[in-house]
Amino acid sequence: MRQPIMDRTRPLSPHLQVYRLPLPALLSISHRATGVVLAAGSLLFTYWLAAVAAGPEALAHAQALLGSIPGRVLLFAITFSLFYHLGNGIRHLFWDAGIGFELSTVHKSGIVVVVASVILTGVAWALGYVMR
Amino acid sequence: MQRITAIALVPLTVWLVASLVAVGAADHARTVDWIRSPAVAIALLLTIAALFHHAQLGLQVVIEDYVHPEGAKLAALIATKLLAVALATIAAFSVLKVALGS
Repeated sequence: MRQPIMDRTRPLSPHLQVYRLPLPALLSISHRATGVVLAAGSLLFTYWLAAVAAGPEALAHAQALLGSIPGRVLLFAITFSLFYHLGNGIRHLFWDAGIGFELSTVHKSGIVVVVASVILTGVAWALGYVMR
Repeated sequence: MQRITAIALVPLTVWLVASLVAVGAADHARTVDWIRSPAVAIALLLTIAALFHHAQLGLQVVIEDYVHPEGAKLAALIATKLLAVALATIAAFSVLKVALGS
């Protein structure tokens, strides 16, 4: 026998525990988030330049601060944010030119951006450790 | 300008990251030598100009989208603009001091 509709236990909508943000939406919000991270990173960049200008002691102090474990975690996050924001920004520039709007292309280029930013972050850090 | 600075920042940030990977852990003398090369100093100044302008424009969009009370929005917009100009000035001055200093 069928239950009356109101008695059935149905998922509420949106069913937040299983709802997944579609990939393009996730990438879009990430573009903003990484942009904000990079704006914070521009503070560190300025601090580093000012330390170079201030002299050897100030630079050594800045390097110790940025080379500490929290400093490295922060720099790693900034590196990834930069490559992601760069890659996704290039994607936006292509869209501005009217290229790559098909849904399948949007998905593919999004995956390319994520994979490329992971690889480039790894390469930059590997080189950074090799070159010190 | 958001697009134009974005286009400028594509080569500039790739160059900057590659350079910082190479020179970031170097001692003061080597870092100064690097900045004293005219091409490097000019590239750094261009990066600073494009970067802070781009950052300010991007933060403006984020603030306009997420900060709704008019007073807070205006305060945040003014603060980011002033901060962007101040940081760009400090960064550019630092480059010039190193590049042109004796």
